[in-house]
Amino acid sequence: MEIFGALITLIGSIFLLLGGLGILRMPDVYNRMQTGTKATTLGSILFLAGISVGHLECGCFGKIIIIILFVIFTNPISSNTLARAAHYAGVKLTERSVKDDLKEDNLENKGEKK
Amino acid sequence: MKKGFLFFISLLIVWILLAGTDWQEIIIGAIISLLLTIIFFSKATIFSEFNLNPKAIFYFLIYIIIFIWELIKSNIDVAIRVIQPTIPINPGIVKVKTKLKSRLGRIILANSITLTPGTLTVETNGEDYYIHWIDVTSGDIEGATKKIVSKFEKYLGVIFG
Repeated sequence: MEIFGALITLIGSIFLLLGGLGILRMPDVYNRMQTGTKATTLGSILFLAGISVGHLECGCFGKIIIIILFVIFTNPISSNTLARAAHYAGVKLTERSVKDDLKEDNLENKGEKK
Repeated sequence: MKKGFLFFISLLIVWILLAGTDWQEIIIGAIISLLLTIIFFSKATIFSEFNLNPKAIFYFLIYIIIFIWELIKSNIDVAIRVIQPTIPINPGIVKVKTKLKSRLGRIILANSITLTPGTLTVETNGEDYYIHWIDVTSGDIEGATKKIVSKFEKYLGVIFG
């Protein structure tokens, strides 16, 4: 059981490593946010789940479920807020981008007029 | 009544997960949850948006399975993109529309979109979502809505009404 938990933890850390690599390699803020959010979410979930499976005798199963729920609920919200703030601060998309509907609609300036 | 019941049950479940399944702990937790439910009954408006019929609960379970599957898929997708020598991306921000009316349903939809393959919610404005898509395959609103939103929307529509 301990080896099984260690394996799950290892897979989680591989996802975290790939997330870090993605943050280094991606061309702009938004693409970095994509790898940052997704890889860290599943990475943290697997890491915590591996700990709870590998150390069943510590009785921390329920607490780890609560931590996982908080990670699932808060991680996307924080990345959404960061991406939104970056867009409104004028951070440009990479040149490889195809389109930008949010810039065309110009929500920020509409809000100022009201 | 339904609102109070959901509030009570969720408080009690969190308490049991934290404190374990000892009988004394559960009884104390139930009493405190009941007190909190009575005190904060009028403020917990968010719980009134859930539907509680059997169909909604069944769809909720299916939704969780689909969500976990999409989360794993999105991680493998990101991992494959990251380790290639030239990163295969075609990014852009697209606008999609949702049919959901409930506030909680919209929040959960936005979070689900963020955690699914290649999409990140940047801004929401009423029924419009602006989504950063790592690989834009259809630029117009209808096509993007069909590809990104509809797979979650049909379940969340039943759950939140």
